[in-house]
Amino acid sequence: MNKKTRVPLFHIAKRSTLPWYHAWAIRGGALILALLVCAGVTAILTGENAFLLYVTMVKGSFGSVRKIWVLLQNIAMLLCVSLAVTPAFRMRCWNLGGEGQVLVGGLASVLVMTFLSPYLPNGLLILVMLLASILAGAVWAGIPAIFKAQWNTNETLFTLMMNYVAMQLVAFYIAYRFPKGTGTMGVVNGDTRAGWLPYLLGQQYLLNILIVALLTGLVYAYLRYSKHGYEIAVVGESERTARYVGINVKRVIIRTMLLSGAICGLAGFLLVSGTDHSLSTTSAGGRGFTAVMVSWLAKFNPIWMIFTSFLLVFLGKGASEIASQFRLNESFGDILTGIILFFIIGSEFFIQYKILLTRSAEKEEKDHV
Amino acid sequence: MDNKTPAVTMRNITKRFGPVLANDKVWLNIYRGEILALLGENGSGKTTLMNMLSGIYFPDEGEIQVDGREVVIRSPKDAFDLGIGMIHQHFKLVDVLTAAENIVLGLPGKLDLKAASEKIRAICAAYGFEVDPAQKIYNMSVSQKQTVEIVKVLYRGADILILDEPTAVLTPQETDKLFAVLRNMRDDGKAIVIITHKMHEVEALSDRVAVLRHGQFIGDMPTKTTNAQEMTNMMVGHPVVLNIDRPEPKDPKPRVEVKGLTVRDIEGTLKLDDVSFTANSGEILGIAGISGSGQKELLEAIAGLQPVEGGSISYIDDDGTREELIGKDPLSIQEMGVSLSFVPEDRLGMGLVGNMDLSDNMMLRSFRRGRSVFTDRKTPHKLAETVVRDLDVSTPSVSTPVRRLSGGNVQKVLVGREIASAPTVLLTAYAVRGLDINSSYTIYDLINRQKAAGVAVIYVGEDLDVLLELADRILVLCGGKVSGIVPGRGAKKRDVGLMMTKLGGGAHE
Repeated sequence: MNKKTRVPLFHIAKRSTLPWYHAWAIRGGALILALLVCAGVTAILTGENAFLLYVTMVKGSFGSVRKIWVLLQNIAMLLCVSLAVTPAFRMRCWNLGGEGQVLVGGLASVLVMTFLSPYLPNGLLILVMLLASILAGAVWAGIPAIFKAQWNTNETLFTLMMNYVAMQLVAFYIAYRFPKGTGTMGVVNGDTRAGWLPYLLGQQYLLNILIVALLTGLVYAYLRYSKHGYEIAVVGESERTARYVGINVKRVIIRTMLLSGAICGLAGFLLVSGTDHSLSTTSAGGRGFTAVMVSWLAKFNPIWMIFTSFLLVFLGKGASEIASQFRLNESFGDILTGIILFFIIGSEFFIQYKILLTRSAEKEEKDHV
Repeated sequence: MDNKTPAVTMRNITKRFGPVLANDKVWLNIYRGEILALLGENGSGKTTLMNMLSGIYFPDEGEIQVDGREVVIRSPKDAFDLGIGMIHQHFKLVDVLTAAENIVLGLPGKLDLKAASEKIRAICAAYGFEVDPAQKIYNMSVSQKQTVEIVKVLYRGADILILDEPTAVLTPQETDKLFAVLRNMRDDGKAIVIITHKMHEVEALSDRVAVLRHGQFIGDMPTKTTNAQEMTNMMVGHPVVLNIDRPEPKDPKPRVEVKGLTVRDIEGTLKLDDVSFTANSGEILGIAGISGSGQKELLEAIAGLQPVEGGSISYIDDDGTREELIGKDPLSIQEMGVSLSFVPEDRLGMGLVGNMDLSDNMMLRSFRRGRSVFTDRKTPHKLAETVVRDLDVSTPSVSTPVRRLSGGNVQKVLVGREIASAPTVLLTAYAVRGLDINSSYTIYDLINRQKAAGVAVIYVGEDLDVLLELADRILVLCGGKVSGIVPGRGAKKRDVGLMMTKLGGGAHE
């Protein structure tokens, strides 16, 4: 009677803390594995040489100085929205309304830019645009926050719905202002450049990038060292503990969501004043949602978010580059991105747990007998 | 007894959780017709060992024999097939279903509730249970739910029963009933294992004791040949003194005066009904009662966490000035200069933040201090180190998340923080629940030191033996009403037990 075969082949055990280099080795290994699998999938499905594909991906982002600036700009914008949603996420409050908050921020900028530019000097105009955007974003996040704090409504659905309201507001404004147009706004103040952020050292995006870099440091310090940041962490971990030590949970929820929306509004301002000088319903470009992934992948750490937003921007850019260069379907790039993300997210499991084969224990036993 | 074949033999069982060796080459025999008490401090591996028998964990090494045959138990179903059933500390019942529905839940075959009810009644009659198969779980008391769990296991044909701390939630009377049933089952030839760390229960119930310490099997012996002192020494590994100190209160003065306190919960159920009492400085006021009789609401009302329907709670300062606490939140109570500390029942869900480390948890009470927008990390860090040193907290470092600590150490961290602010009132809820003997005595000692320092201590407890030894006065709650207040010295366990179940206790007997 050979019952030993019924012993499970392996079991899963939780790891104690892993030294950081070990964890990063696992992550690196996962990335290499992902690239290998991608190469295999590419070879089987398209017959293309995967190596060339990777070269194309890298070239798509780093191929020229201009491309590098665009890459940095895209990272900065994605990072900005990610920084915005992170304080709320730390509080376990799922602000999925980044998209809408960015849009209303952008809309506020456009409105100020369009209607106040004849009356204000440029410096003051930009300041008013900035404040208007921040206020608009904060209001857009503040509405769901008040409902959550007062009546415990679900912030996930509420913020999500606010996205569509914001999108329709933008669509309405464009249709109202340009009834005969193609449904686009065109560049605002193209002649006077009023309300445009200045080009630093001749580079259009440099100021954007510097602002977001500064913001990253600020959000990091706020979450990590400030009293507010501590309150956010406590509320996120356990509302009952927060109440027990006398933290006003409602106030913290509203305050943090206002901050979250305000930073989104800032992102909207940077998009309008520092990048596009225009606005459409797709200006936010899905960043409000991609930011969720950036923030989670970095475990809500603003510094790591620099890397995760780079990764996602790079992969997105690479995917569309592959599609156009190799005349593959656009979805093929998404498949590759999906495979890579699967491995990266999956590697976290192996950092938390280890898999033990039962066989080794059995062998030992036999050796003793 | 020696020539009997064991129902279960566990040989050389080893189980690791990461670097922690939960069971280290443990040998254990379980016999039919015998009640085995599995003794050990927290973290000694009792529950882990039994979980391997019931199919929840799989051993890393070693083998298990049932009736002399080697078996592999990979899941709770395998365990049931071998006749092994475990009754866990936390019940696993569906509230909206009836007892019978819960008992047959998950069993193969056609659903025939009538036949099932018949069988349940037969089981109840055989062992002296009282279960109404048609009663919904949400209408049941804790003890009834436990009975359903036991019947569920028997219904599935288990003849090896494991009970994990079954008396933690029961009143003395309910415990006696449970013990009677367990004895009936033993006499019927079933093998019974009970995990506990209450000595008097071991002595009253078991035939044999097995002791684990730090994951290792220390020894077993017939209960008759040993005593509480010897068993405790085996569990702890060195001699311990088993008496709780109760110094006379020094200069007691009214500190907290509660009058006509009435509290309803969100559903509108009356949780506290016209409760009045006074807690004095330098005195321990014990609160006894079946769990859910309003203890939680009482403490939370004093701490400013529970909305109150009526009545008053006055804090009386040394100079006689009175402050009303009702309507204040914890922050405004603190700002009034009332130093009130609260060790809540739910340590990790309320008193501490499990994912934060020791210093960050120390900061919970103090982080607002100072004008800076940034937090002061140094002072809490120092406090954490002091608490670790003074209370002998075993932790890798002060930057370990508290959820990784064992129950006793978590409680030491919480109590350490709460008494660090030199309180004048200390509220504790189930301060030693789940703690082993050593940790429990550390906590009793800390509470006594607070008492000696003139603090008004309100101690909600579940172990009547401890309350009777520790408290100066005992307030008994019954269904949200004050059933009586008795002096701790000379109070009889039976009387207090009766007061817990009936207003005024045996007054009319």
